[in-house]
Amino acid sequence: MDKNIFGQHISRQYNEELEDIRNRVLAMGGLVEQQIHNAVQALVEGDTQLAEKVITNDYQVNALEVSIDEESVQCLARRQPAAADLRLIIAVIKTITDLERIGDQAEKVARMALRLAGEDRPSNRYVEIQSLGRHVQEMLHHALDAFARMDAEAAVRVAQQDIVVDHEYEGVLRQRITFMMEDHRSIARSLDVIWAARALERIGDHSRNICEYVIYLVKGKDVRHTSLEQMESLVRGE
Amino acid sequence: MNDEPNPEPQETPSFDFSSLGSGTSYRKVEEEPVSIEVHDLNLFYGEKQALFDISMNIARHRVTAFIGPSGCGKSTLLRCFNRMNDLVEGVRIEGSIRIEGNDIHDRQVNVADLRRRVGMVFQKPNPFPKSIYENVAYGLRLQGVKSRAVLDEVVERSLRGAALWDEVKNRLDDNALGLSGGQQQRLVIARAIAVEPEVLLLDEPASALDPISTLKIEELIYELKDRFTIVIVTHNMQQAARVSDFTAFMYMGELVEYDDTNKLFTNPSRKQTEDYITGRYG
Repeated sequence: MDKNIFGQHISRQYNEELEDIRNRVLAMGGLVEQQIHNAVQALVEGDTQLAEKVITNDYQVNALEVSIDEESVQCLARRQPAAADLRLIIAVIKTITDLERIGDQAEKVARMALRLAGEDRPSNRYVEIQSLGRHVQEMLHHALDAFARMDAEAAVRVAQQDIVVDHEYEGVLRQRITFMMEDHRSIARSLDVIWAARALERIGDHSRNICEYVIYLVKGKDVRHTSLEQMESLVRGE
Repeated sequence: MNDEPNPEPQETPSFDFSSLGSGTSYRKVEEEPVSIEVHDLNLFYGEKQALFDISMNIARHRVTAFIGPSGCGKSTLLRCFNRMNDLVEGVRIEGSIRIEGNDIHDRQVNVADLRRRVGMVFQKPNPFPKSIYENVAYGLRLQGVKSRAVLDEVVERSLRGAALWDEVKNRLDDNALGLSGGQQQRLVIARAIAVEPEVLLLDEPASALDPISTLKIEELIYELKDRFTIVIVTHNMQQAARVSDFTAFMYMGELVEYDDTNKLFTNPSRKQTEDYITGRYG
């Protein structure tokens, strides 16, 4: 589906409204990506200032959610969008809910960063959190990219990444369990690391949800609660 | 021994989870009982062709909406169903239309009888300049019904059926032209259903009415579909989306897309349909 289809209405005002909603979702996505990046960096580098910044900036994410929601409701009421326009609005309303939750998860990571900053830095400098963080940030980035380009095939590829993220999270868990068994004094710190890893893993799930909304937007097919194989074949139109 | 009455088992609200599919399911017109079968229909106004190879089955006791831009042929197609186009000079029709199995172009068909079986309501309410009662009784009187009791009964039933009875029951002898536009339109519908048609054709039935009267007509359509096959032509796409089970999109005399209304308005298959229902440049 051509992404420019939102610019071909007889009503130019309508074009602008839809374009504005779309752009603001992408802006919100950009902000949330930055929040993940900063939260992970704060944790890895023990940067409390950066962690505080992530926590205070969360209100911006929330405000964007409320405002895009309102704009979408107004569009529903005034324009009665149909077909692809309707699917865009529905996909937007769902996407921003997941983006807002990703924002909350980033905030959680930042809070763990604050707690861990008071402890000794481990020799590996939380490389596992850094890697997991980079992974989910990329996942979100590509999910938003698929949304911007209305690319359902790309959305499937991003959704498939969620499995890798889940494996990585399990790896962190196993490693931390080993640490805790070896050294009881590390339990508090390990729990915080697990909470942070858990938050990042959830970001992967939310990003996958966004991919599902992209597929709905582009193909008009609801692929929630289906397997990756089913998702793939639905997108290929089988 | 167990005299203790068993405590009443708590009624949990039951919900049939099996009714939830694993995805979106749409109605298929091919799976519905058929009322009107249109086969390879071509219609010409003199040299100019207005309908091109239309083939479609219209489902019995469902509401089917025809949408499309002005001049796309939707009213022309609707008027084929009760042979209203016969009245237009220079019209030539090819192909076949069967209603409840009978070819309406058969030589045996009495057109007046066909129009009784296939009632029609137009954009502008057209009550006769007679009393409310006589408007509704008109068709029956034409059929030679004289019994006052029968007429009374049919008039009341039809006016109730058209959701107008309560508003007019105390002034059945007043002139119908004194009713409001919305009431006149419901009166015309009462007149149409008084003769128990099989099919009801509505050509822009609400486009001259205010929003509240429009909603009353739409509500009426919903109630009537249990008893009649309804075909509605409308310029108002939201109206088509609200009232119909199936929607046919026509463009330049061709049937472009014909599907479950839910499907057509959320995920149309054809780009032309998409452009039209979302208000894009075609």
